[in-house]
Amino acid sequence: MNSHVSVVEDAGTRFPDYAIRGLSGASFKPEHFAAISADDAYDGFLEIHAENYMGDGGAPHRNLSAIRERFPVSLHGVCMSIGGQGALDAEHLARFAALVRRYEPALVSEHLAWSTHDDAFLNDLLPLPYTAETLAHVCAHIDQVQEAIGRPLLLENPSTYLLFEESTYSETDFLEEVTERTGCGLLLDVNNVFVSATNHGTSALDYLAQFPLEKIGEIHLAGHAEQDDGEGHVLLIDSHDGPVADPVWKLYEIVIGQCGPIPTLVEWDNDIPDWPVLKSEAAAARAILDRHAETYMLGRRHA
Amino acid sequence: MPEARHEQDFRAAILDPQKPTPAGLASAFGGVPKKRFDVYRNNVTMSLVSALAEIFPAVSRIVGEERFTDLARLFVREHPPKSPLLFRYGEHFPAFIDGFAPAASMPYLADVARIEHAWLSAYHAADDASLSPEALSAIAPERLPQARFTRHPAAALVRSQYAAVTIFNANRGEQERQRINAGVPENGLVTRPEIEVQLVAIAAADAAFLHELMAGKTLAEAAGIAASADAAFDLSAAIGLVLTSGAFVAVEA
Amino acid sequence: MSTKTIVSAAYVAGAVAAALSTATLATTTGAVAAEKEKCYGVSMAGKNDCAAGPGTTCAGTSKVDYQGNAWTFVDAGTCADIDLPDGRMGSLEPLERDLPA
Repeated sequence: MNSHVSVVEDAGTRFPDYAIRGLSGASFKPEHFAAISADDAYDGFLEIHAENYMGDGGAPHRNLSAIRERFPVSLHGVCMSIGGQGALDAEHLARFAALVRRYEPALVSEHLAWSTHDDAFLNDLLPLPYTAETLAHVCAHIDQVQEAIGRPLLLENPSTYLLFEESTYSETDFLEEVTERTGCGLLLDVNNVFVSATNHGTSALDYLAQFPLEKIGEIHLAGHAEQDDGEGHVLLIDSHDGPVADPVWKLYEIVIGQCGPIPTLVEWDNDIPDWPVLKSEAAAARAILDRHAETYMLGRRHA
Repeated sequence: MPEARHEQDFRAAILDPQKPTPAGLASAFGGVPKKRFDVYRNNVTMSLVSALAEIFPAVSRIVGEERFTDLARLFVREHPPKSPLLFRYGEHFPAFIDGFAPAASMPYLADVARIEHAWLSAYHAADDASLSPEALSAIAPERLPQARFTRHPAAALVRSQYAAVTIFNANRGEQERQRINAGVPENGLVTRPEIEVQLVAIAAADAAFLHELMAGKTLAEAAGIAASADAAFDLSAAIGLVLTSGAFVAVEA
Repeated sequence: MSTKTIVSAAYVAGAVAAALSTATLATTTGAVAAEKEKCYGVSMAGKNDCAAGPGTTCAGTSKVDYQGNAWTFVDAGTCADIDLPDGRMGSLEPLERDLPA
């Protein structure tokens, strides 16, 4: 049984209790609010970056409430700095927990990365060495987040552009260890798997073979850009500025074939197209989910 | 056990392209991963520059995109954000512009930036109902001089020696270019009574009056200060502004 | 404040009464609304994203060059349309020296 995170909330919830299993979704961008509001056919979920809704009021909360009324929403934190050496920002964690309570998201996730050092916020998902020391920091921070939000967190594998000489764990072993120590789930970003594997000359399929697939609660897909590393090797950038690449779709189909219909989000953050383009990317993911939902159920019945 | 140094090393080098690539980093293909580290430098620097361009679109249009990128990149390197909430970033950008010698011939620029920052703060500010005329009329006439007003969370004043409001309005969105005389002092009042942020230019004495009320002075104190600033100050009209602008939520006496 | 005009209670009460008599009209007919410049929609600025920053690596590592006339006016911004009281045009000035970063 896959540990899909189901919608379990306290009684007296403010919003409809939508199921998210088997659905695909798209990033919710404020510029698409009018188009989504007028779209009666969309039957996916929408994901927001938690930080953009940490203001006190105004249009962001008004729009998000209307969205949450109609759709399941997943809450994706982008700057908790879970991989940071310093303590978590208590104020930020409180804001994050308040959003979870307020909007009752179907899924809650964050990144295996760091972004804050002392009081400087370096607006990126920065890499960390996979050592016993960082493992201890990450697990302590996830415990703290899960304590604050009262539910499991999904931790996302990063796109990385370089390696640390001091690393003693593989990324997949590191993630598996985190899930075992904290009870958190995982958000598998298939584009990140492809980007990192390409950047480090390894096999994305090998990575997936070692990934604790049974812990996956959500999947991310996104577009990437291509550069070179100055030494004659391709360097892929996790740019989220275009359609999902063909090899990423192929990897995704393999994962879904093995894991069943895990909620899948298509991210698009730069050069954002009109809503129908995002919607059709989500529909492409949904077609794969639907196809494998049938065979998966069939397979389970015969198993 | 000594703490790993990667955070300090990244922090020191990521916003300073003069610094060498930190030690201990590797490429799977061997060699110093300079360009790989530069990806992070670029992500951090340019995402923050982009954030500033979104927050200060009028400043960007006034100086041109290329010049804005230079200006913002300098700011980002000197003043990385302290909060992870990017919509709060740039609080010190107007002061940075004030101190930036190449922009000295554009003395209005920092005030335009102040309006842009106030605009975004108002956009995210807490929702609250504007002061009702009933709340003011409920106060006994003899107690009115002692009345104190509570500022709306979105309300902000930018008092400028230049035509900062006109310049702001001409440079947000895709308006036709027009000649502007920057030498007319203007006072911008930013409010958000409902969901839309609003900006109005108000007279200097009215701005002085609202400024004192926002600072918690009594109605009589604020009126006295505004009248001292400008003999033609019209208290009745200024109170009308208090009631209609959405800059206040409550009154007590 | 060193100089302050003393206003009487009667004057304040009279001004409030006058303001209240017109305020209910003003909120609906919009004396202020007429002055309102513009509303700017609900687009969000300063968003947090989890994507890599825009552009190539050069943009993040390039050094800003203040030397010589690197900041002289080029016809890119609207500053050329903005006149200052003393007749200067509001372009960026050429610099004769390096500035401290």
